[in-house]
Amino acid sequence: MTVAIVKYNAGNICSVVNALKRLGVEPILTDDHDVLRRADRVLFPGQGEARQAMSYLREHRLDSLLVSLTQPVLGICIGQQLMCRHSDEGDTECLGLFPVDVCRFTPARHEDKVPHMGWNQVTALGQRPCQLFDGIAEAEYVYFVHSYYVPLCDFTVAQTEYILPFSAAIHRDNFYATQFHPEKSGDVGERIIKNFLNL
Amino acid sequence: MLAKRIIPCLDVKDGQTVKGTNFVNLRQAGDPVALGKAYSLQGADELVYLDITASHEGRKTFTELVSRVAAEISIPFTVGGGIGALADVDRLLSAGADKVSINSAALRHPELVDEIATHFGSQVCVVAIDARCDDNGLWTCYLNGGRLATERQLFEWAHEVQERGAGEILFTSMNHDGVKTGFANEALARLSDTLTIPVIASGGAGALSHFRDVFTQGHADAALAASVFHFGEIAIPQLKHYLADNGIPVRLIEGKL
Repeated sequence: MTVAIVKYNAGNICSVVNALKRLGVEPILTDDHDVLRRADRVLFPGQGEARQAMSYLREHRLDSLLVSLTQPVLGICIGQQLMCRHSDEGDTECLGLFPVDVCRFTPARHEDKVPHMGWNQVTALGQRPCQLFDGIAEAEYVYFVHSYYVPLCDFTVAQTEYILPFSAAIHRDNFYATQFHPEKSGDVGERIIKNFLNL
Repeated sequence: MLAKRIIPCLDVKDGQTVKGTNFVNLRQAGDPVALGKAYSLQGADELVYLDITASHEGRKTFTELVSRVAAEISIPFTVGGGIGALADVDRLLSAGADKVSINSAALRHPELVDEIATHFGSQVCVVAIDARCDDNGLWTCYLNGGRLATERQLFEWAHEVQERGAGEILFTSMNHDGVKTGFANEALARLSDTLTIPVIASGGAGALSHFRDVFTQGHADAALAASVFHFGEIAIPQLKHYLADNGIPVRLIEGKL
């Protein structure tokens, strides 16, 4: 199986590469359209700023490529946000794979610190069962670091509550995305990555 | 609910962990990777690796260690010790660290905090503050592992680094460190209640109740400790269950998969 990671300007993908290697997969880090199109699985991770990330994707015509992919694609963190229609971050038009708009957290109380950082629970896994969460118990903990979130929508397959309930994971056709970092979420995250590879 | 984090801290010298490690029968107790992995399996939420080597050769060994930790451990980890410039941060993040912790360098060159936040994002920038409280209740920040007093005051400095882009504060009370009578909860609560970034409490852990108190009274987001874990005085699963029983949200991992 060939697994490709989309190479663009959004931060450190070292941990995603390491997580795949631990599962015995040697990923290809690339922005080559042909390689990405032919890969069996595509990962679209990243940390970074939405506007800069989108302009990089457009310059390298990766935006049109990504939306045309037909194999399973997994967006992680900023990858998930970029797969949506629009982001409040830099008022950015995104890829539009999910017809939902990304918002910034507004603290409701002083204890609500932004970014949302640390281990939080994925819930409502049974509402719209998704293979990504096969074998994952309700209310299991995964690791988050983010200031923007995808609101609950028709494509939500896992919810997390921080200030308000938001989409921890979304799924539509061959496109999967998590706000949390499965590559940093211990055994639970490893199982989610394995589930993605086994789709 | 967002869990309160428990963070073991490992001091590393010339590629080996320094403090005792009799909490579990480890074949290579001095190996920071094996030890970190054991903590991770026990339910530690993050790890901190502090390089206490002074030599250039030691720095290289530490960077190699960071790569090994990143390859083998699937929870977030922070590295610190001897970070003086942006190039050090780049080297450690490229090796696979999730966050870096800066202390003396930030006090000497506060603009380093801005630079790290701008180049790599606030989420990677942990500012560690060692401070001591005098008889008048004044908290003074110290440099060089607590050896050199500065003009800086804890609360002002914490707010300044937050403004400069720090993602978290790791506060060690020198009055409490090593004494094992509990954390500096009053100062911690004041930090946590006035900052908008998370606060990691360090210094003073000696009993289970100290961890409960640091969350309920100190309002900390995370608690860091070294010797109580390394010497097996407190086991992480036992601590997590104790905290859960006391109504504190923690991540329990046993028997889930």
